[in-house]
Amino acid sequence: MQAFEYASPTSVKEAVDMLSSNWGETDVLAGGTDLISLMKEYLHTPKRVVNIKGIRELGGIRKSGGGLRIGATVTIDELAESAPVRAEYPSLVHAALGITSPQIRNMGTVGGDLCQRPRCWYFRQGFGLLGIENGASLIPDGENKYHAIFPHPPAYYVNPSSLAPALIALGAKVKLTGPGGSRELPVEQLYTIPKDNNSRETVLAPNEILTEIIVPSAKGVRNATYEVRQKEALDWPLSAAAVALKMKGTTISSARIVLGHVGPTPVIAGEAERMLAGKSLNQNLAAEAGKAAVSGAKPLSENAYKLQLTRVAVKRALMEAAGLKA
Amino acid sequence: MPNYSWPPINTRREIGKRYTRLDGMDKATGHAKYNSDVNRPGMLQSALLTCPHAHARIRGIDTSAAGKLPGVRSVRVIVSAGGEVLWAGQEIAVVSASTEEIARDAVRLIKVDYEVLDHMVKEDDLTKVGNRAKPAGEQVTGDPDKAFKEAEVTSEGQYGIPVLTHCCLEPHGQVVEWKGDAIHYWPSTQNVTGIGPDLAKNLEVPATNVKVHQDHIGGGFGSKFGSDRWGIEGARLSKDAGGRPVRGFLDRSVELTIAGNRPSDFARIKLAAKRDGTITAWESTSWSTGGMAGGGLPLIPYVLTDIPNKRLNHTAVQTNCGPLRAWRAPNHPQASFLTCSAIEDLAAKLGMDPLEVFAKNIGYAPEARRETYLYQLKKAAELADWSKRWHRRGDTGAGPIKHGMGVGISTWGGAGHQSTCQATIHPDGSVEVELGSQDLGTGTRTVISQVAAETLGLPHTAVKVKIGDNSYPPSNGSGGSTTVGGVSSSTRVATMNALEKLFEKVAPSLGATPDKLEAVGGKIMVKGDSSKSLTWAAACKKLGVQSIVETGQNNPRNPRGLNTQGTAGVQIADVSVDTETGVVRMQRLIAVQDCGLIVNPRLAESQVFGACIMSICGALMEERIMDAKTGRVMNPDMEFYKLAGIGDIGDIIVHLDIREENDRRGVIGLGEPPTIAGIAATSNAVANAIGVRVPMVPMTPDRVLKALEERRSA
Repeated sequence: MQAFEYASPTSVKEAVDMLSSNWGETDVLAGGTDLISLMKEYLHTPKRVVNIKGIRELGGIRKSGGGLRIGATVTIDELAESAPVRAEYPSLVHAALGITSPQIRNMGTVGGDLCQRPRCWYFRQGFGLLGIENGASLIPDGENKYHAIFPHPPAYYVNPSSLAPALIALGAKVKLTGPGGSRELPVEQLYTIPKDNNSRETVLAPNEILTEIIVPSAKGVRNATYEVRQKEALDWPLSAAAVALKMKGTTISSARIVLGHVGPTPVIAGEAERMLAGKSLNQNLAAEAGKAAVSGAKPLSENAYKLQLTRVAVKRALMEAAGLKA
Repeated sequence: MPNYSWPPINTRREIGKRYTRLDGMDKATGHAKYNSDVNRPGMLQSALLTCPHAHARIRGIDTSAAGKLPGVRSVRVIVSAGGEVLWAGQEIAVVSASTEEIARDAVRLIKVDYEVLDHMVKEDDLTKVGNRAKPAGEQVTGDPDKAFKEAEVTSEGQYGIPVLTHCCLEPHGQVVEWKGDAIHYWPSTQNVTGIGPDLAKNLEVPATNVKVHQDHIGGGFGSKFGSDRWGIEGARLSKDAGGRPVRGFLDRSVELTIAGNRPSDFARIKLAAKRDGTITAWESTSWSTGGMAGGGLPLIPYVLTDIPNKRLNHTAVQTNCGPLRAWRAPNHPQASFLTCSAIEDLAAKLGMDPLEVFAKNIGYAPEARRETYLYQLKKAAELADWSKRWHRRGDTGAGPIKHGMGVGISTWGGAGHQSTCQATIHPDGSVEVELGSQDLGTGTRTVISQVAAETLGLPHTAVKVKIGDNSYPPSNGSGGSTTVGGVSSSTRVATMNALEKLFEKVAPSLGATPDKLEAVGGKIMVKGDSSKSLTWAAACKKLGVQSIVETGQNNPRNPRGLNTQGTAGVQIADVSVDTETGVVRMQRLIAVQDCGLIVNPRLAESQVFGACIMSICGALMEERIMDAKTGRVMNPDMEFYKLAGIGDIGDIIVHLDIREENDRRGVIGLGEPPTIAGIAATSNAVANAIGVRVPMVPMTPDRVLKALEERRSA
């Protein structure tokens, strides 16, 4: 780990001023559950690390306009234990508890979950974000059992966020604050496809901080997350689906279905969403929606099994949200 | 000569007690210091440069920039220009510096010019390994052709078990301090007595110069016997630094890449049998790798070695991967998995209960263990509620979750190794025993205290056990499940010899001859006459100023009936499989283990629990994944090198086969045998649940779904 300067500002403005406008020179530290390992592996070699845990305004969950405003440094555990979150957003609670390490839930933050770097093992072994060697990606014919079935060449990694699919399904926004002020974006627009190994997978500017997550009211919105994980102990989901259903009686008026861990960004399953509108959910329809959710998938050499996992994740998330037995 | 025999099972006061381990509290509270915790004044830290290529020749190496980095003490080149590197992760150079961070930064400044050469790292498809295949030649017994021709039924399958890597919680490494003639050495080792001479030989200094010390070790499992490249270079770095201590422990990725692996085994196996389940012939084509050494012929057919007609073909495959090392029960889990899978597939084809098929063929097992296996199969079935809950292959119940049960069997040696114990009885009544042995976390300290206490008629806490230092009398390394037999026997002999001396000293004052005395309940008394006794303290006081110091040995060639070898074991796995996701959950793993005399049942059970957990990892999640193109291990971490957590292991039910007839055999090692049968049992349970064999372990969701898909399309 290269020596670095450590700063612990107490305001967002101060923090933003400490960040460089160039990637690679500074890093934002919150829970540190990803950044520290990135630094130990020399994947990030910042000259300065800016700790934002000391900024009071970035903590806490508060009710606002029928919805919630979640501070970026709220821990995964605080999120999962929060009474208003538990009351209306079971999909967020499921996703948070899917991080089955108490240590990571206690240290890791909501903002960090959204901003963490991909777990792609080619990236983590130093072949760059896109896993490129001698001008070609190592991934399509390589060891890709945990990679994307919705690849977006040159990106084959999967978005690692546990919370993003649920937040997108719920219509949440993120607030990004930089030197020029703040902007709000739907969570799905936080992520982008990098052009090359030197680009990033989010639209964050190097000197911008994700400061807040704004979640609209989910009153009357049935929501759930289902993750397929091999292990009960800490393990990345092989596939995940978050759903949010607006219901009229037993009829779905509109559905949001977002897939996690299957593409370089969370994948919105539009075809599946559309086929559910105006229908009453049952096991068959949920299974059909699962099939529709992967209709555009292009699996790699070793990961076609994730198609089936994704179909099941969608089916089970829908059944769970609707309160039906899968 | 004293009678060293173990006291009869019903008269023991300390042996057989379920004491918690003596160092349990220290370990649980963090007071126990491992050698990776050793922090000496002025200590330097070291880091290794390892090769990123799976096969390369070094054209040149330039360490000048690294050497100039402030804080760096010295840089040593391990493979110099012209040298060939045969696997990714091989050690190229090592740096010492004032901090670990600086040492690692310096490693990155070493410039190596590699000529990258062709490599081959995958062996699962034998048709693709080219000239890396080294056939071992055919072995034929009986007349397999005739037996297959005359067979009433044949059954065939292909099975694979991948390379696993060692993943001790405490990685390999050491602190070492080489000043003048003295080398103080704190390695993480299974071999306190033997590692000093090994280091000395490599450094070309007398073995007497090396002082080894280790109180605790964070796991070894067969991988920590030698001083290793990092130990040797660590000592040289210390010498370079004028004798400053140098610490060097491998990081996780290097640990998983080069610190030892368990070879893979793949096999196509064909069985011939009668309709009643009697196996008449075995034919197998197998291959395996453990790196450039290839991989040896698995011990197949396992346990049922006397199948009369056999044809075995094996091929060792050389791969550019880190080298193999002993891995808890070397070769046995693979052989058990291959054999028990083939037999279960035969049973399924015959529509028979696999327990019946095993029982039917038990005559092919070594005679000494046949009855034990039959007893254990019955016992395991009873504990598993097999007769009610087992069904024929394929759970026909409704819903996506299918249940199944399967069986696996094991065998092992486990005789006590060479060990010497020195027992001292002091005039103040205190007692110490000293052995150059080690406690791998198995409870060796506690076991030694119980044996000494039993002999001397004292509570086990009254015995001070000193191990973990090579100034104590020598014991062999802890490998092959040999420690408990070795140290319990040498401790028995040493303490018995010391007690004899004490008897001689106090006999006159009790008005008896020494042979009429016994030590019981903290007293020395005349046998059968409790009115003639002395307290232990009063007896020892008679020593005046002279302590009694006696040694005792376990000589494996004549263990005096105190320990022996040869165990049997049966395990039954009970699993559920989500057939929509391919996720397998262990519900129950039942382990029935034959073990001879058990010194401490709690610690023995703990060994079995740990072994079962390792089997569950191997059956369901653990696997080294190599990348063909880069030649690298893709998962040298604890994120994707998956290991079970508490929620993944289900209920583990341990039955130690403690019966007088087993007890009479003496002490037998238990570290390895219970880690053998679980993978086989789990694979068979999954086949029983879902109606089809998942040919390759670990049975990950992709493999389970693929097997189900192939069955549907068949």
